[in-house]
Amino acid sequence: MSFPLLTLTAAVPAAGAILTAAVPAARRTAAKWVALLFSLATLALAVLVAVRFEPGGARYQLTESHAWIKDFGVRYELGVDGIGVALIALTALLIPFVIAAGWHDADPLETASKRWRPTQGFFALILAVEAMVVISFEATDVFLFYIFFEAMLIPMYFLIGGFGDRAHGGSDENAAAQRSYAAVKFLLYNLAGGLIMLAAVIGLYVVTGTFSLTEIADARAAGKMDMATNTERLLFLGFFFAFAVKAPLWPLHTWLPGAMGEATAPVAVLITAVVDKVGTFAMLRFCLGLFPEASKWATPVILVLALISIVYGALLAVGQRDIKRLIAYASISHFGFIIMGIFAMTSQGQSGATLYMVNHGLSTAALMLVAGFLISRRGSRLIADFGGVQKVAPVLAGTFLIGGLATLSLPGLAPFVSEFLVLVGTFSRYPVIGIIATFGIVLAALYTLVLYQRTMTGPVKEEVRSMPDLRLRELLVVTPLIVLLIGLGVYPKPLTEIVNPAVEHTMSDVKQQDPAPEVEAAK
Amino acid sequence: MSTTAVHGLWTVAAGPVDRIPAPHIEYAQLAPTLIVVGAAVLGVLVEAFVPRKARYHTQVFLAFAALASAFAAVVALAGAGYASGKAQVAAMGALAVDGPALFLQGTILLASVVAVFTFAERHLDPKAHGNRVDSFAAQAASVPGSDSEKAAVKAGFTTTEVFPLALFAVSGMLIFPAANDLLMLFIALEVFSLPLYLLCALARRQRLMSQEAAVKYFLLGAFSSAFLLFGIALLYGYAGSVSYAAIADVVDGTVARMDPALAASTGNDALLLIGGALVLMGLLFKVGAVPFHMWTPDVYQGAPTPVTGFMAAATKVAAFGALLRLLYVVLPGLRWDWRPVMWGVAIVTMLAGAVIAVTQTDVKRLLAYSSIAHAGFILAGVIATSKQGVSSVLFYLAAYSFVTIGAFAVVTLVRDAGGEATHLSKWAGLGRRSPLTAAVFAVFLLAFAGIPLTSGFSGKFAVFAAAAEGGAAPLVVVGVISSAIAAFFYIRVIVLMFFSEPKADGPTVAVPSFLTTSTIAVGVVVTVALGVFPQYFLDLAGQASTFVR
Repeated sequence: MSFPLLTLTAAVPAAGAILTAAVPAARRTAAKWVALLFSLATLALAVLVAVRFEPGGARYQLTESHAWIKDFGVRYELGVDGIGVALIALTALLIPFVIAAGWHDADPLETASKRWRPTQGFFALILAVEAMVVISFEATDVFLFYIFFEAMLIPMYFLIGGFGDRAHGGSDENAAAQRSYAAVKFLLYNLAGGLIMLAAVIGLYVVTGTFSLTEIADARAAGKMDMATNTERLLFLGFFFAFAVKAPLWPLHTWLPGAMGEATAPVAVLITAVVDKVGTFAMLRFCLGLFPEASKWATPVILVLALISIVYGALLAVGQRDIKRLIAYASISHFGFIIMGIFAMTSQGQSGATLYMVNHGLSTAALMLVAGFLISRRGSRLIADFGGVQKVAPVLAGTFLIGGLATLSLPGLAPFVSEFLVLVGTFSRYPVIGIIATFGIVLAALYTLVLYQRTMTGPVKEEVRSMPDLRLRELLVVTPLIVLLIGLGVYPKPLTEIVNPAVEHTMSDVKQQDPAPEVEAAK
Repeated sequence: MSTTAVHGLWTVAAGPVDRIPAPHIEYAQLAPTLIVVGAAVLGVLVEAFVPRKARYHTQVFLAFAALASAFAAVVALAGAGYASGKAQVAAMGALAVDGPALFLQGTILLASVVAVFTFAERHLDPKAHGNRVDSFAAQAASVPGSDSEKAAVKAGFTTTEVFPLALFAVSGMLIFPAANDLLMLFIALEVFSLPLYLLCALARRQRLMSQEAAVKYFLLGAFSSAFLLFGIALLYGYAGSVSYAAIADVVDGTVARMDPALAASTGNDALLLIGGALVLMGLLFKVGAVPFHMWTPDVYQGAPTPVTGFMAAATKVAAFGALLRLLYVVLPGLRWDWRPVMWGVAIVTMLAGAVIAVTQTDVKRLLAYSSIAHAGFILAGVIATSKQGVSSVLFYLAAYSFVTIGAFAVVTLVRDAGGEATHLSKWAGLGRRSPLTAAVFAVFLLAFAGIPLTSGFSGKFAVFAAAAEGGAAPLVVVGVISSAIAAFFYIRVIVLMFFSEPKADGPTVAVPSFLTTSTIAVGVVVTVALGVFPQYFLDLAGQASTFVR
């Protein structure tokens, strides 16, 4: 522990947020560049973290530990395992694209007062979210994690409520009301989840006397941890509830379509590709790590809920008329896969789930950002308002197609690997659930291809005729994402190498082994 | 009673009387209170003798100097070890000089300093006939709307009496958490309540509402004082003494020498239980706990906003201090009797405060109900009956009082033609008009809601953790649920400020002088500092959490 690399990875975007917010009102463009530069610097640091991380080494690496609030037994403890490294990399990678894609989303209206600085606020809030997400991937102290898990709701809330999608039907006032409804719903769901978790965090402290993951793990390994079965189950439920709201798992998912629909496309990416991953990440690290017995106890119910998420999210996506809400329901379906992979309790399932988190981040970002470009051109989110776009804007349509194909897990693109692993991992332990989940893929093909067909093919609609193709900035956003989707689809090894050892640790937390393959002896 | 017994009383009374011993007073240890009382008396003289023009500046300086030097005295006493090793009872056992007393006195004094700043603010209201005016009536005695009122306004009168009144109130509040016998408790209660009743009636705008608030406060306050006094009488009947230590001895059954004249009633549990309950009622009234909370919204709304902030912060600190001492010093032996009752009170207070606040449309009433909900959270820490319980309550009180004063100070800034624009609908779009003011208010609201990285979260965590360790896990669950409900209405205000379009005839934000600015700045700094680095203050509260008996 010499150089505080992990702290720096979170501190750089935090500093960037403050600097961006401090840029004077008139120098809007400067604020954008400051934000972009800081997000790129964070990316560089995240790459450094990934390079310095040794996959075969200790469970938590690059650790830092300082006393913070002694009275509560809270330490400032950071450390990353492979899962954390992968997700930090994903976060740091996506933020520059989010910023570049939202370059003009927060330009003030002509009528705004001179002191109102929405642009600075928008980019500062994005960086603030990044800082908090990064630190919650790094925290190995439950309390430290909780603080940032909760605190990130506030900037997120302002991003959703304050900078809505300008493309909407109906009057301005109506749109503002819908937007603030979506923002409040987002906040209340997540705050309620977080507060239930707070009770569980306090309970954990009362039972164990510490917040440190490593201390709790050591105590458990030494057999000193005697948590009553009921206590463990209650605490597990407290934690899981918060993560299931965040992730989101059916039936706690209802905030997501509204929030993603009303937010601008880059913010929607921030929600689903970055912030929600904290929920699934925390299930792996905290639910399984702290409460292994209770996790196994709850597995059947959670798997069924995940299955419902997969099918229900996909079915509702098929029926959507709004492009962004369609992607939101598709995400709910995908989060079902991730949660299923985590709780299948096989190493394939959990590796698959972790890869899924990364790949879903990339594929949703690609699809959603292109959808955002499309929507901003037409000023409408309704699928019915588009048609024949591929004849007018072929590059836009092509990138949209690749994003869509990634979403439906076409072999050759990155999500295929993870979805396959999750299904195999689930099938080896719970064959029936694995089989039913497969229908999710079929439905995914349906909603993606129907979406493409209705918006891109067919006769060119009158309003679409003059639609410009992707601009340079937009191409710069989309191309790297597509390259990564293809690259990780063909060669996922660098990612799996980082992730697998961490998954083995988690598996040993819950004292689970992969079921041995059964071969019926030929008679 | 037989004739000889009656005769016996006579003969004893007629016999030689012991010389009354002169009470021994430790002036140095009582310095904080004495300084404030002295300054208050001086303030009255200033009103009488200093020319009208110079009064404002003299009074402000006097109040500030008194509060600051009293705080210095508190720090000196704590530094000399009175907060820990040398803790003792002073003034013939009437007052305690110990950790909780000094910590709370320090908190009250600091909160009062910033509150007095808002009292002295004269840049918010437009000038009346060329004179700068503050939030207080030109002449308290003139009837609202009368000619004499107009004359007083025209002459540029201001009610500089508010400063000595505030100082008297502060002196009572300093004694309240230190009171170590029941009589002292009652006297302190009256000393800080009476000036507050008066201050509530002194609003410059909406004077009728202000006077109505004062009358309500006074009537209900008088009732609660009567309950308290009756409880004191019953407890005296039970123990034969008003001293906390003596009552505690009788409760524990370790009493050394019993007064024969009181032998019949001493140790009668009915007296103890009823008396204890009545005293608790009196204190819960001041705390604003359900079901004794009815006065809070009306008084908070009607009183001049600087007074509301002062009252909401300092009174709550003082009253919780007295409640802690009573429960931990006098009645710990009765834990199994009062704990269930206090559980009920805490649960009802948390839920009722949070639920009723949801329907409020006036920002001052909203903050009033939120203060009720917070009283419930603090009660959860009180019930823990452990050292952590005490220290968490001390920390919560310190954190909460600065958030409260800051929030009410922001309320004084948002004004339209009729004075402060407290109706929530008028706050729509404030974030667009004055981003900084709205952002500061949002910080206070987030602290009230207990969002991490604010002092509200540290405090909430401390009391809930103490309650959970004290075996009150259901209280924590209720607390968490009501926090979620409470979050809704704090968030609603933020939505209103930032996500609604400003109205054309909306209020403006007055530019305050450095006085209110520094109050708000102190509020923000303390809120963030206690949220991010609470360790030092938690240590302080932890060291200060042992009561002397």
